[in-house]
Amino acid sequence: MAGASSDLKLLGAGPSPYVNRVQIALNLKAINYEFLEEKFGSKSELLLKSNPVHKKIPVLIHGDKPICESLIIVQYIDEVWTSGPSILPSDPYDRALHRFWAAYIDDKDLRTAEGEKAKQLAVERIAEGMALLEDALGKCGKGKPFFGGDNVGYLDIAFGSSLGWLRATEKLAGVTLFNEAKTPGLVAWADAFSSHEAVKGVIPETDKLVELAKMFKARAQSQSAN
Amino acid sequence: MAATDVKLLGVGPSPYVNRVQIALNLKSVNYEFPEQTMGSKSELVLKSNPVHKKIPVLIHGDKPICESLIIVQYIDEFWTSGPSILPSDPYDRALHRFWAAYIDDKLSPVMRELRMAETEEAKQVALDRSSEGLALLEEAFTECSKGKSFFGGDNIGYVDIAFGSSLGWVRASEKLAGVTLLDQAKTPGLVSWAHNFSSHQAVKGVIPETDKLVELFKMFQAKAKAN
Repeated sequence: MAGASSDLKLLGAGPSPYVNRVQIALNLKAINYEFLEEKFGSKSELLLKSNPVHKKIPVLIHGDKPICESLIIVQYIDEVWTSGPSILPSDPYDRALHRFWAAYIDDKDLRTAEGEKAKQLAVERIAEGMALLEDALGKCGKGKPFFGGDNVGYLDIAFGSSLGWLRATEKLAGVTLFNEAKTPGLVAWADAFSSHEAVKGVIPETDKLVELAKMFKARAQSQSAN
Repeated sequence: MAATDVKLLGVGPSPYVNRVQIALNLKSVNYEFPEQTMGSKSELVLKSNPVHKKIPVLIHGDKPICESLIIVQYIDEFWTSGPSILPSDPYDRALHRFWAAYIDDKLSPVMRELRMAETEEAKQVALDRSSEGLALLEEAFTECSKGKSFFGGDNIGYVDIAFGSSLGWVRASEKLAGVTLLDQAKTPGLVSWAHNFSSHQAVKGVIPETDKLVELFKMFQAKAKAN
């Protein structure tokens, strides 16, 4: 069943990696949808009505039914549009692995911090995570380009959606997170993921995210000074 | 499946471990349950779950599966001949996943705050938050159950397991804090659901008695204060 534009709405904002996850999933399944951009700093009536519990984006509205939480939306898309390529693998153990690492990514704080010492600790923490994910890529991908094997899968989407912000962090903090020597698999994977048809144009340019981060920081500082 | 093919690493008082036991019982899967010592992590746990070093871990053959709700989904997807745990409709599945995540991310932490609260003020704040969360779950129960006994309808499903596994600790929190959480007036649906859940074949004998959990909690608190 192809989704007509009016049947499917995505409430979100371009710079949100959680929203990007849903966009990539919809693109993988070649589904048309309407993108309703939420303005930064305010929540629309529709958002508050569709996600009263968390009041957060993304929300996918299919017909009159709202679906919330990015990874739950991705699974929903996979389960409704079965004619497109599968996002989750078919084997139950592989599915468990993908879910495990996606949960790990969501729970792991991938942000850097202010101050030399805090920044050092944050970078170490991210590097730890990257080493584990390098290992996971080998186990899940089994030598193929993606965590999903030949095609972009659940874990590719869960992790790949954060590539923009990880690159922005590299620039803002002056660090290298994707290290050819330490995580060669992830370096190649990041390139393959970013150039994939379903991903191109979804994740904002790194420089744009760097500008946004600087703007958020300036706003936060001026708010705390008032 | 031979009994030794499926091994569950965990301890009885953990609601996360109870989730897995209930799911295995629903599917009538035989399993070994080498009970781990509370407060220490066995070599096998550390080897099978090197990332989080936590229980439960399900070891199927030689493959470890970690994280309680991921294990429950694995059980549902591997043993397809038993009753389904997740509903079949994609939207209903999304609802069940949403509420299970809510329970883990929002509700359980406030219930824990309630148990740990040392002042009347802290207790009241935790109680208000818990009541808010339970009111939302009451609504979710109405929506998901569609008039039947469980979130899963006629049978125990994913949210039933996610929330029901914590009933022992919910009751313990009521005793420890001297409050009523599952209230006949405010959450009548959840009150009758709790009764149905606790008396279900797959659940009986899994969740420890409330008094035992109260004693355990008091023991933990005493140990923590001594250290």
